[in-house]
Amino acid sequence: MTALRELYQEVILDHNKSPRNYYRMENADRKIDGYNPLCGDHFTLFVKLENDRIKDISFEGAGCAISKASASVMSSAVKGKTISEAEELFHKFHKLMIGEADPMENIESLGKLAAFSGVTEYPARVKCATLAWHTLHTALTTKEHRATTE
Amino acid sequence: MRKEQNKSAKILKPRPFNVKKIREDFPILKQTINGKPLVYLDNAATSQKPQFVIDAMNHYYMEENSNIHRGVHYLSELATQSYEAARVKIQKHINAKHLEEVIFTRGTTEAINLVAHSFGRFQVKEGDEIIISAMEHHSNIVPWQLLRDEKGIVLRIIPINDRGELFIDKYEKMLNERTKIVSIVHVSNVLGTINPIKQMIEIAHKNGVPVLIDGAQGVPHMKIDVQDLDCDFYAFSGHKMYGPTGVGVYINQIRFDDAIHHEHNLLNYAQETLSSIKGLRIIGTAAQKSSVLSFVLKNIHPHDIGPILDDDGIALRTGHHCAQPVMKCFEVPATARASFAMYNIKEEVDALVKGIHRVIKVFS
Repeated sequence: MTALRELYQEVILDHNKSPRNYYRMENADRKIDGYNPLCGDHFTLFVKLENDRIKDISFEGAGCAISKASASVMSSAVKGKTISEAEELFHKFHKLMIGEADPMENIESLGKLAAFSGVTEYPARVKCATLAWHTLHTALTTKEHRATTE
Repeated sequence: MRKEQNKSAKILKPRPFNVKKIREDFPILKQTINGKPLVYLDNAATSQKPQFVIDAMNHYYMEENSNIHRGVHYLSELATQSYEAARVKIQKHINAKHLEEVIFTRGTTEAINLVAHSFGRFQVKEGDEIIISAMEHHSNIVPWQLLRDEKGIVLRIIPINDRGELFIDKYEKMLNERTKIVSIVHVSNVLGTINPIKQMIEIAHKNGVPVLIDGAQGVPHMKIDVQDLDCDFYAFSGHKMYGPTGVGVYINQIRFDDAIHHEHNLLNYAQETLSSIKGLRIIGTAAQKSSVLSFVLKNIHPHDIGPILDDDGIALRTGHHCAQPVMKCFEVPATARASFAMYNIKEEVDALVKGIHRVIKVFS
C-alpha cells in the first residue's frame, strides 16, 4: 500500500483531476508534440517566450494520471522562469526520476515535483512522468516539432 | 454464419466442475500479493502451469536433457521420444490428419512469420493481395507488412462493427483473383470475439485462397479440429494453455468441454457484474465471445487502473495488447483486460469488481 500511496500522491491526483494551464494556446512561439509510443500518451505543449524567459506555457492531450499531472505540475513550475532555470529544473527532475537524487535533500528546489518521487518504484511509469519534461527540453533546445520518450 | 455460431455455442452442457481441485494443481495460485490472495486474470498473456507440468520440466532437465534427433546415445533417444510423443499428443488434440503437419516453433508469432516468409513469399508477386482483419494482434500484421514492402503487394483489412465483429459480407467482396492468402485471428485477444472461421475458410477456399488462422487465444479455450475447419495453417502457443511442455496433456485429464463451460459461465458472470459499474464500458460485445473481457473507465486512463488493482493482488493487463488497430477502431488509448482460465472462480471476479470500485474512488 505504501508504494501505491507514494505513486498516487494527493498532488498528482489533484493535478490529474484539474490540470493547470490545460488549454490550446494561440500565437505560441513554440508548439511541440510529445509522444510516448509505448503507452500512447501524447501531449501538445505551447510555449510563449519573452527574451530568455518562459512567459507563458500550456498543454493539451491525453495520457495517464502520472503523465497528465506531471505536465500540469511542470507547467506551473516553469512559468516565468528563464530557459536556463527551466533546463536546470529538467535535469533535477530527470535525476530524481532515475533515482540519482534524494527528494528530501532537494525538497526546496523541487517543490511539488518531489511528489513524483514515488514513481521511481514503478520503472514502467518513469517515462509517463518525464514525457512532458522531455518535450519541454526539446522545445527549448531544438527546432524540432516532435519529441518522444524513445 | 448462424449455423456455425450455434455449433460453437452447443458446448454448454452444465455439469459439476471441480475448480477447487484444479486450483490445487497450480502452486502459483496459492500465494498472496501485498497481503491479498493472488487473483490471476492475465491468462490471455500466459497461463499458469500445473504442478505436473513443472515436474515434467524438472524431470526433463534432471534426467533426460540432450539434443533431439542427433545423438545416438541413450539420453538423446529418450529426449527424442519425449519430443515426438508431444507431437503425437498435439496431433490428436487438434485432430491433424498427418503427424508431419505439426511443426514446432517458439510460439504463435514465430509460426506466423515462418508461414509469411516461406509459403507466403513464394505465393505472392507484385500487385497481389493479402487479407487480414482490423482485430489482428501485431503478430499477424507485421509479417505481412514486411512482405508487402518487400514484394509490393496490397494488404486488405476486414473492418469490424461496434460490437467487435467482422463484416463477413465485406470480406466476401474483398476476395478476388489477386487474393493470395487470408490470415485471420480465431479469437481476438482484446475483444474476445470468436470469429466464424469455418465459414470464412470456406469462402476463401471457394476462391482458391489458402487460410492461416492465428489461434493463440483459440486453442486454450475451445476444441479445435483442424480437419473440420479445413484451414491451411493454424498457429498457436503452448504457454497460453498450461504448457510449456506437455501441451494438451492437462486438458486431456479433465473434460475439456467442462472447462470451457466453466470459463464461459465465468465470462458471463463477469460481464454482468462489471457492466453494472457506473462509468465502465466493455470493449468488445460480440455475440460469440471467449474468456477475454476488456474494459475502460470514464475519465480514468487504463494505465492507472493496473497499479491499484495490483495493490489488491489482482493481476490483469492494461495497454494496447499489441493490437493498436483495435484501439483505433474503438477510439481508446488502451484497455484493461481481464482474461480467464479454467482455474479462475467467481470470488475472483468479485475481487475484481471491488478493486474497480476502489480505482474509481481513488480518482474521483
